[in-house]
Amino acid sequence: MSSQESTLPQLPPELQGTVQLSVLDQLYNWSRKRSLWPMFFGLACCALEMIASFDPRFDLARFGMEIMRASPRQSDLLIVSGTVTKRMAPQVVRLYNQMPQPKYVIAMGACAISGGPFKEGYNVVSGVDKLIPVDVYVPGCPPRPEGLFNAVFALHKRMDQERIADLHWYQKGEEQGIPVPELGPDLIDYRLTASNIPSDYQPARLKTVRPEQVVTQGEEG
Amino acid sequence: MADERQLSAVTSEALSAIEERFPGGAKPAEHVGLVVDPSQLVDVATFLRDDMDYVYLSCVTGLDYPEATNGFPARYEVAYNLFRTQGDSLTLHVHADRENPVVPSLVEVWPSANVQEREAWDMIGVRFEGHPDLRRILMWEGFEGHPLRKDWHEAYYEDDQKPFRSRFPAGDPSLAEEHAAFERNVQYPEDWVNDGFLEVPEGWKSRAEDAVYLPLEEIAAATETELRTDKVVLNIGPQHPSTHGVLRMVATLDGETIHGLQPVLGYLHRNHEKIGERNLWLGNMPFTDRLDYITSMYNNFGYAVAVEKLMDLEVPERAEYIRVIMGELTRLMNHLVSIGFLCNDLGIYFTAMLYALEEREFILDLYEMASGSRMMCNYFRFGGVAQDLPDGFAPMARELVFERFPRRVDEMETFLLDNEVFRARTTGIGILPADVAVAYGCTGPLLRGSGVPYDVRRAEPYSIYDEFDWDVVVCNNGDVFDRVLVRFGEMRESLRILRQALDRLPEGPIEAGKVRPTTKVPAGEAYGRVEHPKGELGFYLVSDGGANPYRYHIRTASFVNLGILGELCRGHKIADVVAILGSIDITLGEVDR
Repeated sequence: MSSQESTLPQLPPELQGTVQLSVLDQLYNWSRKRSLWPMFFGLACCALEMIASFDPRFDLARFGMEIMRASPRQSDLLIVSGTVTKRMAPQVVRLYNQMPQPKYVIAMGACAISGGPFKEGYNVVSGVDKLIPVDVYVPGCPPRPEGLFNAVFALHKRMDQERIADLHWYQKGEEQGIPVPELGPDLIDYRLTASNIPSDYQPARLKTVRPEQVVTQGEEG
Repeated sequence: MADERQLSAVTSEALSAIEERFPGGAKPAEHVGLVVDPSQLVDVATFLRDDMDYVYLSCVTGLDYPEATNGFPARYEVAYNLFRTQGDSLTLHVHADRENPVVPSLVEVWPSANVQEREAWDMIGVRFEGHPDLRRILMWEGFEGHPLRKDWHEAYYEDDQKPFRSRFPAGDPSLAEEHAAFERNVQYPEDWVNDGFLEVPEGWKSRAEDAVYLPLEEIAAATETELRTDKVVLNIGPQHPSTHGVLRMVATLDGETIHGLQPVLGYLHRNHEKIGERNLWLGNMPFTDRLDYITSMYNNFGYAVAVEKLMDLEVPERAEYIRVIMGELTRLMNHLVSIGFLCNDLGIYFTAMLYALEEREFILDLYEMASGSRMMCNYFRFGGVAQDLPDGFAPMARELVFERFPRRVDEMETFLLDNEVFRARTTGIGILPADVAVAYGCTGPLLRGSGVPYDVRRAEPYSIYDEFDWDVVVCNNGDVFDRVLVRFGEMRESLRILRQALDRLPEGPIEAGKVRPTTKVPAGEAYGRVEHPKGELGFYLVSDGGANPYRYHIRTASFVNLGILGELCRGHKIADVVAILGSIDITLGEVDR
């Protein structure tokens, strides 16, 4: 901040103390990052630790986040606190679409990052980033409240680096929401249907290790 | 052979009584209990309920035996765990054909079978004839397959048993995504996949949402009167601040009055049972932590009790004391938090909750000292606990239990129970009569608030609860206020047990021998149950003698207690729904599992 302050023009002495000069980006980011309103949205176990970070011992309100809104229309931070199941996936995407810009997402805990201990389950989405873009990941099962604090600070740092000129929510054109998945024989993500996938798209199947191959290797070794 | 096996006294008494009334209606089952002929099931069940006092159906489990076992053919099976209020237990098994698995429904006899039979239909695919509303409950309508069948494999399926052969002993793990379709955990029927990509058929429409509203239309039609009024359908949840997680309720309203209300479950269905049947026996312990994530210690307790029943393990005395201390701390914490949440729902926005959370932190400190983790303790082992209490534990616990907590409980009671608004919002709301509560299988403070002095710690004492001096707390009105009163009373009783346990805590070993991760459990079947803070927590376990459970079914209090929600809310105003729900005290991790 200091290096940029030195480039600002000097105020006449009579105005110093009443007028403060700043860079618009800094002012904008500073005011925004200290007034994040998280959504009151608990999914599973991590929600308890999220609530615990608002309790008297930890008190997230110290960082300008004392209000949690139950409506996505009034919140700008989605803390995905727990396992995203396939059944819940349409709702998660819909909630994200309903949040006004600018909006940020914290994936809290192992389940929200990758499916966690329940990854292999038939009703579990392996990570919320398969559905919506995520800004900060907090590992842990569940993360301690301090972990969530660290994520909030990381988000603050990220917001500090944003510039109004580049922000995509001030660009021309209308933002397309993420297509809401549907529940069929399994979760139907319309971004994955044949008509939506470009012709040169290669599914990321890196290598296939079948269990039986591995066993022979182990016996040889 | 099954016939030569020693039957327990209660089971043989039931067998001879059934034999007298319905000749050939029942015979001894493979491990525990009786096999009843499907054609006589409803009659036998009615007889057991009315003449033999088995008034309480605790658990309904669907089982899949793709191969013949021990003299019984390949089959689907449904197991019913019945109890008398004194604690005597009887297990009924019904066998169903593999081609067309149909079993008569017992909803008429025990209404508590309603939600559990729906679960068995959803997971195993046994059809219950005569069930009033046989829809899927944990998965959505239209989902392909019945997941707990042994031959049903999910997209990330790798092996039948853990540790997977790719991990051990070779140690060349691959990411599950690498061999799953579409880089994600999804699978579709053959005609849905075109050239490796998903192709949704023309004109296809999801049935998941429509099915949710079906029973409401029936309720609306049945309550039609001469004066035609429009019924409004209202969705509450799954994203709602007062549903304690991702519960969804759909209600039909006449003005502001609830006409019909249905909980819609499954938004946190994390496949505990499918994963649990693949895990090693000990490997399920950390998963039980995540069932009811507020009270992880007590879930450990329930699972340990159930497996010890199968293994016939003796627990050393010090370990039993540690278990009881942890269990009662958990009960104290759960009741504090549940009252805090209830106040949250009633509009005392966060204040009461903060009082509860402040105390919760101290109990979490004790957990962390003992187990190393705040919430997911994974502290119990078969035959003991994972590690001994550290040096600082006893002084801190004594300070809290003898000094701090009694005062804070009194303080909270003074603030809340004399509050005019709190009383107005809770008195006379959601009245649950005692006979209805028993019929619907309600347990925990919900049942005791209705005047039934039933507590598993008293009815069928496990661990060392019979060595302590404590009372079962009962209130008689059965409304929301009385359930809160029961919780306050139980917190005091917990403190009473804690004081005795801390005073008498003996020295000695904390584990019965060394339990190795690959512990094998003898073949058999057991239903272990404990009095979880929210009600009865039961684990129905079947072992085939291997390192993994053959069947791992969890009967949770929240899930069964929710079956009464619609009945309790009918006729009340919409604002009372959250109060009633808060007083039932559910955790979604436990409801949906």
